[in-house]
Amino acid sequence: MQSYLLSEFIVERREDRCIHCRVCERQCANEVHLYDAELDRFFSSEKDCVGCQRCVTLCPTDALYVRPRLEDYRPNSSWTRDKMQNLKKQAATGGVVLTGSGNDKPFRVYWDHLLLNASQVTNPSIDPLREPMELQTFLGRKPDTLKIEFSDGKAKLGSELYPNVMLQIPLVFSAMSLGAISYPAFKSLAMAAKEAGVLFNTGEGGLPVEMRDEYADCAIVQCASGRFGVDLDYLNCARIIEIKIGQGAKPGIGGHLPGEKVSDYIAQTRMIPRGTDALSPAPQHDIYSIEDLSMLIYALKEATNYTKPVSVKIAAVHNVAAIASGIVRAGADIVAIDGIRGGTGAAPLATRDNVGIPMELALASVDKRLRDEGIRNKCSVIAAGGIRSSADAIKAIALGADAVYIGTAALVAMGCTLCQKCYTGKCNWGICTQNPFLTKRLNPELTSQRLLNLLRGWGHEIQEMLGGLGVNAIESLRANREHLRGVGLEEWELNVLGVKGAGE
Amino acid sequence: MNGFNVKFGYRDNFLDNLQPIDILYKTRVNIDGCRATINALGLKHKELNDLLRETVQRGSKELVINNVFGQRYIGTRLYLPSEDKLYIEVNKFPGNDLGTFLNGHRIVVQGNAQDGVGNTMDSGEIIVHGRAGDVTAMSMRGGKIFIRDNVGYRTAIHMKEYRDKVPVLVVGGTAQDFLGEYMAGGMVLLLGLNLQEGEPHRAHYIGTGMHGGVIYLRGYVSEHQLGKEVGVRPLDDQDKENIDCYVREYCNHFGGNPEEILNGSFQKLVPVSLRPYGQIYAY
Repeated sequence: MQSYLLSEFIVERREDRCIHCRVCERQCANEVHLYDAELDRFFSSEKDCVGCQRCVTLCPTDALYVRPRLEDYRPNSSWTRDKMQNLKKQAATGGVVLTGSGNDKPFRVYWDHLLLNASQVTNPSIDPLREPMELQTFLGRKPDTLKIEFSDGKAKLGSELYPNVMLQIPLVFSAMSLGAISYPAFKSLAMAAKEAGVLFNTGEGGLPVEMRDEYADCAIVQCASGRFGVDLDYLNCARIIEIKIGQGAKPGIGGHLPGEKVSDYIAQTRMIPRGTDALSPAPQHDIYSIEDLSMLIYALKEATNYTKPVSVKIAAVHNVAAIASGIVRAGADIVAIDGIRGGTGAAPLATRDNVGIPMELALASVDKRLRDEGIRNKCSVIAAGGIRSSADAIKAIALGADAVYIGTAALVAMGCTLCQKCYTGKCNWGICTQNPFLTKRLNPELTSQRLLNLLRGWGHEIQEMLGGLGVNAIESLRANREHLRGVGLEEWELNVLGVKGAGE
Repeated sequence: MNGFNVKFGYRDNFLDNLQPIDILYKTRVNIDGCRATINALGLKHKELNDLLRETVQRGSKELVINNVFGQRYIGTRLYLPSEDKLYIEVNKFPGNDLGTFLNGHRIVVQGNAQDGVGNTMDSGEIIVHGRAGDVTAMSMRGGKIFIRDNVGYRTAIHMKEYRDKVPVLVVGGTAQDFLGEYMAGGMVLLLGLNLQEGEPHRAHYIGTGMHGGVIYLRGYVSEHQLGKEVGVRPLDDQDKENIDCYVREYCNHFGGNPEEILNGSFQKLVPVSLRPYGQIYAY
């Protein structure tokens, strides 16, 4: 059925600059640019353009411009262009409208309403270029008290310590599974994490056996509702095991990796037949309660002989603080909270844009609740979903996070332009696709360098800001809301965040 | 300390006040050659599993565990890639998640099992001389499970297979709802031996969302008991061979006359599509 959709982008070619090198034609998996050799002329099929800017970036003579086409219909604040386009798409197909990447709706971004403090006169600021500045972070359960025993004049630690994992910078690459992203992209994350002394998360698509020797040491492996590729070897090779309950971009629903993306290699790591849909059910069918969650947490601890922290990742939803308390009491060592702006490879648009709450509010209320109940030391908290810069990361830590997950930011560093078409499998940047012609565009050696640069840059920025606060360890900033002030926020928002207004 | 903490407290039911392993080993284990007899009376699950691991590391290949009452995760901690595969006999009633992630060992239970038998099991064998609870064989990836009597709800959810790694679940009795939901591979054989003549199986929503594998049912189910993603197909020779083989194995474990069982009428349920939800999206 004809869809009545208008194209989303305008493709302009400046003929005076174009040298007919046909780079654009080869680079576009959506087949927007077509060269007619007989006429020696390019034609463009604008309706297929997703605005990923690959052709624009690679055009050697800057002859191409791709711009969003926003103003076709009569302006209407209620019936916006997206709403109308989606209606037309559904009228033609009867399907669930899919999208990729994170929520792009203008919900308040609280990071932009929080400001950091700095030392002036009464407390000297510190210059991280000359003085030590500690960013090391340990993820895992901490003991209630530290008992020191003395014998023969020597001090010895008397308390039992729980398994903890060290991060050089409090940044962790979020869960992106092999299958959703390409092998080079997956490997780039692993290489960068190893080099920088941080962790990457395999998502639920398994960890290829040949990567285990080298990269399992910096891997968080997931045990999600699909249980793809989960066996004792997979669980025992990793540093941390994460039970995925929910994802910020699609709280409450599972995932469908379409059969056409399940290549031989993906089939092998997920241990399912090639070409079948890899369906992750919405709930984990052995977890219908906190008690059941506890059962799986301890099953994983048993499976790994109590040597690894177990993390539980949930989406930020309305009663997140009470849920997090339950998770800690169920035995989790780490709670990861993924907010409404978290990304995804594919999600129904209605869910992505309308379900969940902003991570800033969820994080603040979880941290407060765990402190009030006296169990904050029992777990580490990782904040995820919409961390765009080092400033967001440091504010998250001041609101109570131990570390932050970065997903979308890492993808952007690899080349992603947030065109939100991850679900089509035609990613021209070679990130979110399994098409070998496209995936070979990423070279893990080079891409991991970009990621490493990102981590390094953020690390320096965090050190600078900490120095400005007059603090010499990230530990001293954790949940220290005195270092934050809100601007342009309502009183209830300040209360939930637990910060004062600016000037107070 | 604060009001909350006093009110709710924080107690770890699993990990507080555990007995040290050397004391447990001295008082609870009897060694006879490569066979160890273990008294599990009153132990917490971590204590028992500590003890099993210790016993195996000290060289036992056969574990007989007596007085098991509800201890969880038996077999899970015995992931010792260099060791031989073990024989574990569980006397009386193991707790939840028996043989979760099981890696090649053989577990025989002389009693009923609870929920989560063989959860995400990888390889090996579990034989239960009794019934099993809910979520039996969930996400099972390989190996075999034999249950003499009934199983509970949500059995064989999301079982999956890869090449020659095909999990098998054989149930002597019947199952409750959601049998084989989201099933992606493997084989379930439901014998219905304890049903009356003409009495249908109990489960509803059999094979909802199923997209791989096969369920063989002996006895009757009505159309309305099946999920809409499965279809009933006639048996071919390969199916008959499978059924024959596993019915005989079942009878080897639990007794019974294989010929009599094989005389019953069998149905084969398979998914109608490998991609049940391929068409629901607008791209």
